[in-house]
Amino acid sequence: MSTELFPKMSQSIIDGDSDAAAALAQQAVESGLDPLEAISKGFVIGVNTVGEAFAKGDAFLPELVMAGEAMKAAIAVLEPEMQKRGTARQILGKVVLATVEGDIHEIGKTLVGTMLSASGFQVYDLGVDVPSAKILAKVKEVDADLVGLSALLTTTMVKQKEVIDVLDKEGLRKKVKVMVGGAPVTRDWVQKIEADGYSEDAIGAVAVAKQLVGAA
Amino acid sequence: MSKPIKSITNPKLRLEVLTPEEVRKIHEATLWIIEHVGVRFPSKRALDIWQSFGASVDAEKMIVRAKPHLIEEALKQAPASYVLCARDPSQDLPLDGNHVFVGTDGCGVEVLDIETGARRASSLRDVSDIARIADATPEIGFHWVPVSAQDMPPETRGLHEVKSIWENSTKHVQTESIYNEREARAAIEMASAIAGGRDALRKRPLLSLMQCTAPPLGQDGGSLDAALLAAEAGIPTGFMTMAACLTTGPATLAGNLAVGNAEVIAGLALLQLAYPGAPVFYAAAQAAADLRTGAYTGGGPEDFLFGAAQNALADFYNIPLSIGSFATGAKEPNWQAGIENSMSTFMACVSMSDMLLGVGLLHGSRIWSYAQMMMDCEIFSIIHKTMQGIVVDDETLALDTIAAVGPGGNFLSQKHTLKHMRGLFLPQFMDRRPYNEWESKKDDARDWALAKARKTLAEHQPDPLDPKLSAELEKIIEQVSK
Repeated sequence: MSTELFPKMSQSIIDGDSDAAAALAQQAVESGLDPLEAISKGFVIGVNTVGEAFAKGDAFLPELVMAGEAMKAAIAVLEPEMQKRGTARQILGKVVLATVEGDIHEIGKTLVGTMLSASGFQVYDLGVDVPSAKILAKVKEVDADLVGLSALLTTTMVKQKEVIDVLDKEGLRKKVKVMVGGAPVTRDWVQKIEADGYSEDAIGAVAVAKQLVGAA
Repeated sequence: MSKPIKSITNPKLRLEVLTPEEVRKIHEATLWIIEHVGVRFPSKRALDIWQSFGASVDAEKMIVRAKPHLIEEALKQAPASYVLCARDPSQDLPLDGNHVFVGTDGCGVEVLDIETGARRASSLRDVSDIARIADATPEIGFHWVPVSAQDMPPETRGLHEVKSIWENSTKHVQTESIYNEREARAAIEMASAIAGGRDALRKRPLLSLMQCTAPPLGQDGGSLDAALLAAEAGIPTGFMTMAACLTTGPATLAGNLAVGNAEVIAGLALLQLAYPGAPVFYAAAQAAADLRTGAYTGGGPEDFLFGAAQNALADFYNIPLSIGSFATGAKEPNWQAGIENSMSTFMACVSMSDMLLGVGLLHGSRIWSYAQMMMDCEIFSIIHKTMQGIVVDDETLALDTIAAVGPGGNFLSQKHTLKHMRGLFLPQFMDRRPYNEWESKKDDARDWALAKARKTLAEHQPDPLDPKLSAELEKIIEQVSK
């Protein structure tokens, strides 16, 4: 009977309906469905459908974001049940995300977070105007694989370099890959600060992140 | 099946390029020209008509001088609106002052080959290929003969061209390439065959004719005879002036407008005297000649202003207007083509010209480019969207959504966004990609536009013309050749 939920789960993601996705996740938990199965046979199918439509040009950015958020809502409900069962969904990597200190530009960074999260990364979004020390602390705390740093100003872009230096000083540079982004970021800058990757948009960021964790 | 035709309607943008007082002044100047200077009508039939209505006719010079009231009364007979009909009635075009339709440009003599890109002489195959792509393209409302079928005999070339378009598209066909009595007679017969007889054609004109004037202040004899035949058959007919500042008209814009206006309204008055109530249209593609070469220039501020001004004149006479827009002088699809075609088309659209001519030609309407054709369609789409203006109401003010997002959030995941996002313009050929993606390919609008034309040509199957009708059209053409 619970398999009837799968198409509905997929559809809730396609519709970008966070409320419906959360409700279906709750239903799955109550009916004893394995959360991992709910994800892989239900919700992820929806994410893939929207992703494919986007790639073909039939779906647009808001639909992608809404699908990502609906997915997040479903996972939030399923997460405690997975912990209870001692299972975990397979994640591609742990990402600490932040807009660097002195910079309050949020949307690009948030978009990247939503896209990464919908693509199977565990994302820790620290928000905007985040000091390098705080980023470092979070990296250590969650044992991050990736750090994503956003900056929209040439004056704050230098903080991307500062974070890399801090990681280096702590001896974490080899283990933790750093990707950067933001309107003023160019390939030259990326090479200059010796970051590991960058993307000009949120869609591209997913490909870069996957490549950096060897999941591409 | 082709997609529904895109037209500009119920616009929110307006422009007053001439005040009513200025329009009246140009009108009065025009009447003075027709009365005192005269317009040349080198056709016996036309001169006889003028004479019978009391105009002064100089038989030797073939110049007609007419009193203002004769012209004004004649023009009052012209219908204010009518419909250009298509083989597929869902593609009919109402010329009612509230629609702007785009046609293909004409009549080019060379083509940038769709496969090789090489420049070569145009042929009948090009006419049919372009018609087929235009049939599938929603921005294109009707056909002009886009290029000359130079592989066909000159005496029936114009007929092969319209036949080929009818065979490859269900949209309305207007030809600017039939300008003598013999071919006009055959073209009308062909249109009748498709419509199902002369009466049916009168009710549903599947063909319209555009004749060029011979500026300054002249007409072409063959064109006059063809126009009179068309008017008699109830086929919409227009006279187009291309009087250009410096060469065929005064260097001043107002004077040039008066010269062009005299040519057009004298021609239209003739048709109304002969066949009162015949559907006619005002047509113009006025510009300034280049100060260095003397060449006619499609594009430039004068061209843009004329586009809007002539609309004011056509509105004053209350008849539909066909206006030359696009028609860049650029040698390839480039910066100049983008500017000239955007500006001229915007000015023609913002003043609500009924017909725009047209997409696809470079180098002053000489060289056909499939990429330019598609990019011109995108220019029209951009203007189409712009003309819709800004709708202000509770739904579009979106206060609930603004409150839900609050300071610092984003609107990407709002239901209101999902509902309205498809109302935002999505370009086909504008490069909005990340820099890296461009850098890795270095392609642009021209490549994508050409690819789109190629794909359309390969895939689009127009609703065919009944083979029996095709054979009948062929027979009519053969009769002319004999």
